[in-house]
Order: sequence, then structure tokens, then C-alpha cells
Amino acid sequence: MRMFLHQIRTEQKLYWRSRESAVFTFIFPLMLFVLLGSVYKGRYPGAPYYDKPAPQILLAALLAYGCAMVAFAGLAITLVIRREGSLLKRLRATPLPPLTFVASLLASTLVVFGIETIALFLLGRVVYGTPFPDRIGSIAGIVVIGGICFAAMGVGLSGFVRSAEGSSAVVNLIVLPMAFLTGSFGPTLHYPHVLRVIGEVLPLKYLVDLTNAVYLHGESLWSQPKAIGILAAWGAAGLVGAFFRFRWEPREG
Amino acid sequence: MPAIEVSGLRKAYGNLEAVRGVDFAIEEGEVFGLLGPNGAGKTTTVEILEGYRRRDAGEVRVLGHDPERPGPDFRERIGVVLQQSQLWPNLTVRETHAVFAGYYRAPRDVDEVIELVGLTEKRDARAKTLSGGQKRRLDLGVALVGDPELVFLDEPTTGFDPAARRAAWEMIRSLRSLGKTVLLTTHYLDEAEQLADRVAVLRDGVIVRVGTPRELTSSDLEVEIRYRRSGEEVVLRTTEPTRVLNELTADALARGEELEALEVRRPTLEDVYLGLVEEETEA
Repeated sequence: MRMFLHQIRTEQKLYWRSRESAVFTFIFPLMLFVLLGSVYKGRYPGAPYYDKPAPQILLAALLAYGCAMVAFAGLAITLVIRREGSLLKRLRATPLPPLTFVASLLASTLVVFGIETIALFLLGRVVYGTPFPDRIGSIAGIVVIGGICFAAMGVGLSGFVRSAEGSSAVVNLIVLPMAFLTGSFGPTLHYPHVLRVIGEVLPLKYLVDLTNAVYLHGESLWSQPKAIGILAAWGAAGLVGAFFRFRWEPREG
Repeated sequence: MPAIEVSGLRKAYGNLEAVRGVDFAIEEGEVFGLLGPNGAGKTTTVEILEGYRRRDAGEVRVLGHDPERPGPDFRERIGVVLQQSQLWPNLTVRETHAVFAGYYRAPRDVDEVIELVGLTEKRDARAKTLSGGQKRRLDLGVALVGDPELVFLDEPTTGFDPAARRAAWEMIRSLRSLGKTVLLTTHYLDEAEQLADRVAVLRDGVIVRVGTPRELTSSDLEVEIRYRRSGEEVVLRTTEPTRVLNELTADALARGEELEALEVRRPTLEDVYLGLVEEETEA
């Protein structure tokens, strides 16, 4: 337990010290909220489901995007960089148990995503007058469930990325189209059918469903068992990938 | 009990036999050098001892543990400096040491270790701002912060300038005075000669010679006699230098000649080493 807390503190320090990860994964969703929010005004077409002010709809979508950035993109890139720099290998030679390491990395990721969530709601309130969520418990549930599933996928993905230099490009190549296709930058109602079908299979779509249900419609998290189930399945796929592909030692060099 | 015991160690990667039957033992408090060219199997051997790799065959004991199935205190008692590794670029020297100290039950005082590796002036500098030599000292510092009994140093000075190497040598000597057992790999002869109590020369996955640096140079190796005759250099190698010299000088005297540039030389460790390593290319 002592080592778990020690490692969470270390991971937090590492995250906020690294301007690259903090700017890229933490600030980016907030920045998009400000940018997109200044473009989309008034009401979305698509009532009654989207019968809310545009900034509120955007907030729900970007909350899911924030999860993909922090838990998936950020974690995958961090792990690849640490693996290729032999840092993971070096840690292996210390008494830090691998399970404690993984657990603290996950916990630290959830802390960052939690702060991201609070920051999004505060920003929305200050800039666009969006309301705070009614269902705090369900929002917390989204942070935990979304964070764990996307973190598992991030760890899985890191096993498939070979070089540290390429990691950020590869991860972006996945996250950006996924965010676009699944409505993380705004509803996809007006998208062509083909794009929407592709979006239907991607995990981020179901996290957006959850944030929409909880934040826009005030429903409980548990009213969406299908979305939770599909997210969990993606998370499990990430774990399988991690199981077969995760390495402590560099793949190159 | 020896700190490390290895017998019949073998390891292959696919068709490449990296280690082909290695035996040695390292006593507690000893500085042991594994010397050999690149690709001789040094790192493979060390990484098996550190617990990173599984062996194909042979017996290995490190501090009484089998590194493939180490007991809980194994990693408390070893310190590792990898051939290449980078620590967190955005943590300072002191923070990095403190992070590692947190992984051990009974770590040494962080500032003391920083002093030991000569980074006191850089304690608040972030790792990314350190020079190559300073980064290597940081590697050594975090390897020592857990107060290990046994320290593995895999090519600790490769790529150093001469001044940085001498500083690193001083540090490694200080490990001996702390009573640590050290396993050092290097492809620099002078480094092994300077630091190691005993040296094993590894070539092609087998140990071709073990001994103190002095033993290696004074064993059955031939003495070299050089001189010049009518401008051309003549080199004789012999295990009976007295007789050969006597004959040579008697012959020269009889002809009234001077043996120009006469030189009698015992082999240096470098000669021994190159001799051992070159046998490979001749074979």
C-alpha cells in the first residue's frame, strides 16, 4: 500500500511535469471545447434527443473525448516511451511489484481524467453557462468505467507500437478519426450513413452514449447496460492485447 | 558462500548460441570483470543473472536465489545499471533518487548517495539537462540507493570521455570499499585491469580465460623479443626468453653486430586479450 501511494504520487508528478502529455492530453479537450463551443451556437437540429443548448451537447461529447485522450492516447504514448527508453526494464529490477506498478498507473490515470472532467464542467459553467450534472455518482461511474476500459485499450495498443518516435503519430491516427466518427466533436446525425455505421463499432461511441444519457438526459449510468457491456468488451480486448503484446523491454535497439 | 555461482550456463536466440557453457563464481566483496568484444555474450550472461532472461541450461545462483524464480528479497539486494536506459527526463536528480528509494525497504540516505556519485551540485537539476556522464552517474546512484549487496554494471563507461571514465572508475572503486560485490562487463581492457580483482575473458559465448589481471599476463604466455636486422623488424615469441636471448646475443656478438632496437616485453593484458580474441578469427 505504501508503495502504491508512493507510485501514484510519482506518476502524478511525472504527468503534470511533462508538458507534452499534459498539454496534449489534458489541455486539448478543454481547448476544443472553447473552439468548437464558439462555432456551434444555439440548438442542434435533432430534437428531441439533442434538445439542449449546443455547448451542453458538446460538453457531453468532449467528456468522452477527454477520456480517450487521457486514458487511451496519453497512457499508450507514455508506456511506449518508457519501454523504448528501457525505463520499464529498469523498474523491473527494483522490488516494485509489477501489479503495484500497473495499479498505480491506472489509478493515476483515473485521477487525471477525474480532474479533466471537473475542469470541463467548470469551463462550461464559466464560459457557456452550462449546468453542473445532476447525477454526480453516475458521472463518477463514467470516469471510472470509461477510464478503466480505455486505459486497458491504451496498454494493449502500446504493445503494437514499435518506436517511441512514432507513438504519438500512431495514436493520433487512431484517436482523431475515432473521435470524429463517434460524435466526440459533436453529434453525427447529419453524417453520411457509411461513416455512422463505422462509428457504431468503435468504443468511443458508447462512452458518448453514456455521457449523453447521464449529462443531457439526467439518466442513471445503469440505464445503459448495452453501452457499458460494449465498452467492457473493448476493455477486455485491450487486456487480451496487453497480455500477448506487453513487453517490459524495448522492441527496438 | 559465493555471491554468484554459474555452471554450464547456455542460452541461444534462435540459431544463435549467445552463451555456450559458461562457469564462474564470484566471491562476496569481489569486483569481477567480464571482458570481451561486442557479441561475446556478456550482456546475455549478466541479464540472466539479473533475472531478465531465462537460461536454456545450466545452474545459476545469485545471492542464494535462482534468478528465474527469485524470492521476495532478491530485488532488495541487487542494484542494476543497464547498458542503456534513460530515467524520467522531467524529474530532478534528487527526486529520481527519492522515487527509487521508495521501492526499497531499507534505502540509503538519498543525499548521501547523491554525494557518493558526485551529483550534489546537480541535485536540483532535471535529468534531461545532465551530460552523458552525469546521466550515467544518476543510473549508478539509483542502483545504489536501495543499499544492494551486489551491483551489476553493464558497460558503465562506454561512450565516456577519458576524464569521465576516470571519475567513474573512482566511483566503482568506492563500491569495493563499501564491501559491495560487483559484476562489471566491459570491452575495455584497461577498465578491467584497473577495477577488477578477477577477470573472465569471454569470447563467442565461452570463457577462454579466468584469473586476476596479473595471472592472465603471467601465465604460460610467450615473451616477445623484438629487434631490427638490416632495417627490418624481427619479432620472436618464446616461453624460454633466457635461452633465446642468450643465443641471439651470442650470435650477434660473434658477428660483431649490434641488435638494433632490442626489446624484451612481457605481454600486457591487452596482448593476452587480443591473442585470445584473435584465435577466433584465425580458427
